[in-house]
Amino acid sequence: VWSQCTCRNRCHNSGTIIGPHGPAYRTTITGFTAGWLNYHAEGARVGSRSPENPNRPPRSDLMAVLQFFPPSSPIVSARLHPVVLFNICDCYVRRPDQADRVIGTLLGSVSDGVVEIKNSYAVPHNESADQVALDVEYHRNMYLSHLKVNPKEVLVGWFSTGFGVSGGSSLIHDFYVKELKDSVKDLKDAQNSVPPLHLTVDTGFRNGEASIKAYVSVNLSLGDRPLAAQFQEIPLDLRMIEAERVGFDILKTTVVDKLPNDLEGMEASMERLYALIDDIYKYVDDVVEGRAALDNDIGRFLADALASVPKISPAAFDKVFNDKIQDNLALVYLSSLIRAQLGVAEKLNTAAQIL
Amino acid sequence: MANTMARSFLQAVSSSEEVAPPLRVVQMEGLAVLKIIKHCNEFSPALVTGQLLGLDVGSVLEVTNCFPFPIREEDEEIEADGANYQLEMMRCLREVNVDNNTIGWYQSTLLGSFQTVELIETFMNYQENIRRCVCIIYDPSRSSQGALALKALKLTDSFMDLHRKNNFTGEKLREKKLSWVDIFEEIPIKISNSALISAFMTELEPESPVAQCDYDRLKLSTAPYMERNLEFLIDCMEDLSSEQNKFQYYYRSLSRQQAQQQAWLQKRRVENMARKAAGEEPLPEEDPSNSIFKPIPEPSHLDSYLITNQISNYCNQINGVAGQNFSRLYIMKALHEN
Repeated sequence: VWSQCTCRNRCHNSGTIIGPHGPAYRTTITGFTAGWLNYHAEGARVGSRSPENPNRPPRSDLMAVLQFFPPSSPIVSARLHPVVLFNICDCYVRRPDQADRVIGTLLGSVSDGVVEIKNSYAVPHNESADQVALDVEYHRNMYLSHLKVNPKEVLVGWFSTGFGVSGGSSLIHDFYVKELKDSVKDLKDAQNSVPPLHLTVDTGFRNGEASIKAYVSVNLSLGDRPLAAQFQEIPLDLRMIEAERVGFDILKTTVVDKLPNDLEGMEASMERLYALIDDIYKYVDDVVEGRAALDNDIGRFLADALASVPKISPAAFDKVFNDKIQDNLALVYLSSLIRAQLGVAEKLNTAAQIL
Repeated sequence: MANTMARSFLQAVSSSEEVAPPLRVVQMEGLAVLKIIKHCNEFSPALVTGQLLGLDVGSVLEVTNCFPFPIREEDEEIEADGANYQLEMMRCLREVNVDNNTIGWYQSTLLGSFQTVELIETFMNYQENIRRCVCIIYDPSRSSQGALALKALKLTDSFMDLHRKNNFTGEKLREKKLSWVDIFEEIPIKISNSALISAFMTELEPESPVAQCDYDRLKLSTAPYMERNLEFLIDCMEDLSSEQNKFQYYYRSLSRQQAQQQAWLQKRRVENMARKAAGEEPLPEEDPSNSIFKPIPEPSHLDSYLITNQISNYCNQINGVAGQNFSRLYIMKALHEN
């Protein structure tokens, strides 16, 4: 039988208590959060020890019980869409002269612990040595406007250009934590336990390479006193499938004079396929003649690829092939016929009237 | 000599107002292209629109940014909302130094069926406020075949003049030698990227030489796409034949009216001769109150022109895909023989 609840203001249940109970003693170890346990007779918290558990802690309301929960952020990784990167670079190029970095909001969606960053917009801000000012009205207005177009893209975090995370960043991050909670209250969403993401894009190429990193913030605190916020990096998936669809040749160079049409694109793809087949030939030759090391995995992949060509007898294949060719020829003939018809119809319609 | 000199001086003075060089190329930023693709793909198969922002420089129209429009419900009060949204977005974008200049709009289309009267009307609306505007059409279904289906369209000047006078009779069209190919003018698109983003893209390009667009292009099954194309083509042909029927009806009624007029005139003449013989006043040879003299309105050619445009578009697409199919089939054949 435990003594009566000693927490002064927050406990609304003064029934029998069976364990240490109170607002104090929340200790954190990096990456893990120790939960403080709140045993009321009615409901035990998830993860806490149940009243029936014989291994109850000894009686003392001064003890801090450490329990290891998994990391409090359910975010496992993030995926970046190329539009966001283009937008960030464009905003950076257009920034006002006195700012040396750009910050803005990230929009997207979360599913299964993977955050998909789909859209973004820059937010004007002022930064000096000791304080940071952000245009909150602007952020909220743009957020509402974007929601009008696509209500499924919600706030998932914020970005900043520049390498690494600075002191001002943590203040901005706190602001976004609060914003996320507010916006989630509006949307009544179930993903209210997802903290915001912080993305840094190094436009200065400080390490000589493009470093785009995503961070999640974890609070470090000792007892009641918050010590610091630690920004932990999470894996970022930069495979840009949409950019691949458009074609990296178009997006890579500074000027593209002409968009390739159907047949030119086809030609480029065929050349690439041919190059791939050539590579495979050379590799197999090398392996057979002992010039290159044998790799079983690659061999198995090759065997699978070759086996996926369907086995059809030559007669059947010829028939299918000819049928397809005839279908396509019929379509081309039809379209030429229609064009001729169009020419004739037009002449008839605007011909001189019968007078 | 002096005459020509004087005239050229006067001409030079009078033409001090700037004559805009003809629009030759539309230059788009990679950012705008990706945004358009993202917006259209997200909402396909619904048709969406958005605004283009950029600069008008000489004979090049640069598109540097764009923003999407929300899908408008059929509600009266949301009209004002739409205008507010646009103003709000433009204001916010200006604060971050984005070009605040509207130079046109973009829209998505389904299999290329975008030549409608609404398009022309939107063009005329835009043309009143902006000197040069362009419409970018993106086709998500064709892009899934591997080609980047972006088109920049503009109305030709001669067509715009005619439309302003709202006069689409056969004579006018023959006079101006305006045929259905002259309504829309397609402008080539150039794509430009800033150096920063090109550095990023070069870094992030994946190692493998084959990309997603190649997978899309080398797919063998194009039957659904062709089938839909043919369906639309057949529908359009039916529309075209109904338009032709309208014209035939008009010509027939016109010739019938002519015959009636002749007959009536003949009768009048005979009557007049009789009257002259009897010494009375001859009746007038025209009678505007008679209904057979009422001119029959000629049906407008605009619809048939638009339909013809659509049909030719479908035909082009079919040709393109059939060409690709041939190449793919021959690749399969070569692969099979080996």
